[in-house]
Amino acid sequence: MAKIQFIDFCGTARTVEAEPGSTVMEAAIKNGVPGIEAECGGACACATCHVYIEPEWQEKVGPPSSMEEDMLDFAFDVRPNSRLACQIQVKAELDGLTVRTPEKQA
Amino acid sequence: MTETIKTDCLIIGAGPVGLFAVFELGLLDIRAHVVDILDKIGGQCAELYPEKPIYDIPGFPTVTGQGLIDNLMKQIEPFGAQFHLNEMVSEVENLGTATAPLFRVKTNGDTVFETKTILIAAGGGSFQPKKPPIPEIEAYEQESVYYAVRKIETFRDRSVLIVGGGDSALDWTLNLVPVAKRVTLMHRRDDFRAAPHSVEQMRALVRDGKMDLKIGQATRLEGQNGRLSSVICRDNDGGEFAVACDAMLPFFGLTMKLGSIADWGLSLNENLIPVDTEKFETSVPGIFAIGDINTYPGKLKLILSGFHEGALAAQKVQRYVYPDRRVTFQYTTSSTSLQKKLGVA
Repeated sequence: MAKIQFIDFCGTARTVEAEPGSTVMEAAIKNGVPGIEAECGGACACATCHVYIEPEWQEKVGPPSSMEEDMLDFAFDVRPNSRLACQIQVKAELDGLTVRTPEKQA
Repeated sequence: MTETIKTDCLIIGAGPVGLFAVFELGLLDIRAHVVDILDKIGGQCAELYPEKPIYDIPGFPTVTGQGLIDNLMKQIEPFGAQFHLNEMVSEVENLGTATAPLFRVKTNGDTVFETKTILIAAGGGSFQPKKPPIPEIEAYEQESVYYAVRKIETFRDRSVLIVGGGDSALDWTLNLVPVAKRVTLMHRRDDFRAAPHSVEQMRALVRDGKMDLKIGQATRLEGQNGRLSSVICRDNDGGEFAVACDAMLPFFGLTMKLGSIADWGLSLNENLIPVDTEKFETSVPGIFAIGDINTYPGKLKLILSGFHEGALAAQKVQRYVYPDRRVTFQYTTSSTSLQKKLGVA
């Protein structure tokens, strides 16, 4: 299991356990983390699981694919560290990953 | 005054569950009208994941979202359901009684139905445009901020800022350049997912000085009394710039909202509609809810659950529509009368 920390728009942090092979979005939904909506259920089709990767994790998480980059056009306040949580696969080296959720998903 | 359409059953939502309900109702001689806010049939399957494979439809080891919808349309063809697309139900008025329900239903397209029963198969709600979280944007929605182009004339001789990088943004940019005083297209990156030939046309217009292209994101609106005068934007290096405009068209795709369903007098539970598991009827007799929009103990939001729910709801709809009919249960494999309805016997 890997620990993933979500910090919401107001600064409240929540840490959840995520299973390797699942996605950061799934970890959020399973644990009822607010700020992640995932309307499409992980099909990379809605951009409502938009997160900001904390700078120290950006290199390990990597950049979005071109399909994900296209989908990020539907998100608001997109920044260089923006990713869609449904496209980040949990693995051992992401244990401790911290992401921030935006003010509004949709 | 538009003519009232009289029907036995009105289905709200043309997703897989609404479509299969047409089949189950059809076997019971109940013709349905189907309303959907999208301009196409298929709901989330067609809008969100037309090309994604689905693995848990019984009998189909794999089928794409659009493939499932195409098959369902073929399956329900004998029943001649009438579709009313691009329309959202805005009002439901109860005219009947608990034993003989009757509803007057109006859509935002001014269609009026008088129906004995309503099957809500609205999934996650109605697809509506995403509104950017820009402070006070609502104040400008009457006169300056639009999420769709209904009449091109609205934009004649105006300075229009179009935001987005997909086909909607590019198509309207190209269509409004000849009409508007000035069109500015803004996108968060200099890369567009819209059709390549639209992007080329847009770039040519920019080269010829006929429109402007800006890279950035809107952060603030300036104006008075709901009239926009400029949009303050942030570029990707954190700098600010202003785009003078009196109309703005943000295109950020669609999101699902419960919409007017909340005003129909039904009991709701966290934006879902509680139903019983015998008839899938809501707190209002004659109104049913099937598929992702309903809730009951043990509910699973699966397409196959919605199919089952539609089959059972149809049985109760039959009781309302044909109160005196003796109900006999039949199989499509063996019943000649069902096969006649399907056009195969």
